[in-house]
Amino acid sequence: MMKENMSNSEESLIKPKTLEEVRAMIKSHKRNDFIFSSIGLLTIIFALLTLLILFVDLVMDGYPKLNYEFFTDFPSRRAAHAGILSAWVGSSLIMLVTFVTAVPMGVATGVYLEEYAPKNWFTDIIEINVTNLAGVPSIIYGLLALGLFVYTFHLGQTIVTAGLTLGLLMLPIVIVSTREAIRSIPVAIREAAYAVGATKWQVMLHHVIQYSFGGILTGIIIGMARALGETAPIITVGALTFIAFLPPAPLTSVPPFISFEWLQSGFTVLPIQMFSWLSRPEHAFHINAAAAGAVIIMLTLLMNGTAIWLRYRIRKNIKW
Amino acid sequence: MKSNKIKSLGLAALVASTFTFSYNVNAEVKTIAIDGSSTVYPITEAVAEDFQKKTGTKVTVGISGTGGGFKKFCRGETMISDASRPILKKEIDMCAENGITYIELPIAYDALTVVTNKANTWAKSLTVAELNKIWASGSSVKNWKDVNSTFPDQPMKLFGPGADSGTFDYFTEAINGKAKSSRSDYTASEDDNVLVTGVSGDKGGLGYFGLAYYLENKDKLSAVGIVAKDKTAAVLPSEATVMDGTYQPLARPLFIYVNATKGAFDKDVKAFVEYFLANAPKLVKEVKYVPLNTSEYAAVTKHWQSKKSGSGFGGVPEVGVKIEDLIKRIKD
Repeated sequence: MMKENMSNSEESLIKPKTLEEVRAMIKSHKRNDFIFSSIGLLTIIFALLTLLILFVDLVMDGYPKLNYEFFTDFPSRRAAHAGILSAWVGSSLIMLVTFVTAVPMGVATGVYLEEYAPKNWFTDIIEINVTNLAGVPSIIYGLLALGLFVYTFHLGQTIVTAGLTLGLLMLPIVIVSTREAIRSIPVAIREAAYAVGATKWQVMLHHVIQYSFGGILTGIIIGMARALGETAPIITVGALTFIAFLPPAPLTSVPPFISFEWLQSGFTVLPIQMFSWLSRPEHAFHINAAAAGAVIIMLTLLMNGTAIWLRYRIRKNIKW
Repeated sequence: MKSNKIKSLGLAALVASTFTFSYNVNAEVKTIAIDGSSTVYPITEAVAEDFQKKTGTKVTVGISGTGGGFKKFCRGETMISDASRPILKKEIDMCAENGITYIELPIAYDALTVVTNKANTWAKSLTVAELNKIWASGSSVKNWKDVNSTFPDQPMKLFGPGADSGTFDYFTEAINGKAKSSRSDYTASEDDNVLVTGVSGDKGGLGYFGLAYYLENKDKLSAVGIVAKDKTAAVLPSEATVMDGTYQPLARPLFIYVNATKGAFDKDVKAFVEYFLANAPKLVKEVKYVPLNTSEYAAVTKHWQSKKSGSGFGGVPEVGVKIEDLIKRIKD
């Protein structure tokens, strides 16, 4: 569009146009604008409608199962009594491990690479690798984790292994989004802070990280939402399908009141439970699968919604 | 890649050092770990569910496929392996390498069912020779009239499981005489529900999968009677025809393999297997598979009590072996 405008204006310099010609030109450009915005709108509507139809279809299919018992029942051979208790507890605990490991490490790496790392070939290699890692198929992380966590470090086919695997998967996303967020802080802010005598660390902690927090958070939550729906790497490290007991509780009644035994428990996650039900012959199980699918989509939407809301809140509070 | 490795190693080391303590403490937490075939899964799940409710012993079941299950089993990671086919030579070797012995227990039948579209009025039964003509490697059959001159001129659309499936192995062995030898120009899916949809949506459709999927979709599909040998009557798959041995050659036994090195002497695993065999007739039916005969279960139970390890197949899959004969072959 820009180019077209320029060439047109050049032409008009050479050869003056009549009023009608100019009007026709404006009209045709306005038409182009209209066509483009219509295409854009149609594309958005199409994408949203697809998601909506999918979601409504799942909810309608799974509606009879979307009740309290569905969340408090273990898997069972009787579809009517089968629920997602072990699956959602497993998913949540794994997400917790993923969060605790990937977020501090990812944010720290992002800050270091963006602000502290010397610009040399070694940093360049790390940067290229981190960016590439964000696009590596998830099964590769599963294979890495199987070799490293399960067989080398003997962590077993447990919640901690799954959490670390998804942590690895999420790490590049957090690093990249942290760097993007930091980069968007105007230089003037840093210079102002330095000017009143702040050290580099103070500039980072009090200004750069705080102002870019919204962006960092978005990256974290998008990474978590992706990890939540992952199946391939989790199956590779040895997720179970039938598990009708919960991991040991993290809080105990005897000192020291906190137990890490749950990290060593076997597990299953929501997408695996859904897949297992979907491949059963009985139609009643397909209803369960649809309900589980609706729960996964709702969780993902909830996480993305939280990200948008937090970003909005934080941006609003920043006063430069 | 170098820097990645360093980073992930560092990360893993950090995490490992944090959690090593709690790992050692919990090494003795007792769970019966089961993994393997997705075909056998519903049966094991049913038994595990009831056993756990009754005794409180924790049982977990995974779906890694028969091959994946044996890999874990032969490394000693699981106590019981679900299998929709007998253990193969290379798996026997792998177990032997790790010093793991096993007890082979047939626990149910599955009837591979050949299905057609509801609108198919001509092929109520097919002979093994006809099925072979359709499914043989390199077969050029594209129309029903190519199979039998009395069939109408109707294009044939084929559906079947993918090459990684135990169902595929057994069907090809039984119909084409050689496991994994099949024509490849058919719509393949590991998900049997996809095959159901395919055959029910095409008038000339033909496919095969486990009996349970047919029973659930009787309203959409017709089962084809199988004529085992020329001039014998066509036999439809059903619980009765599988149990009396007339549905041949597509009835196959399903197995569990129990670790005989440690598992068979562990009181919880022992209790689980005994519970399994005692309740199999009821639970197998409930999940829509075909139970063995009472006499066959008695033979299997006796075999379990004798603790004889090894496989009656010797690493080579075979079609149509009687359960009693199979057990007699195992001589420890």
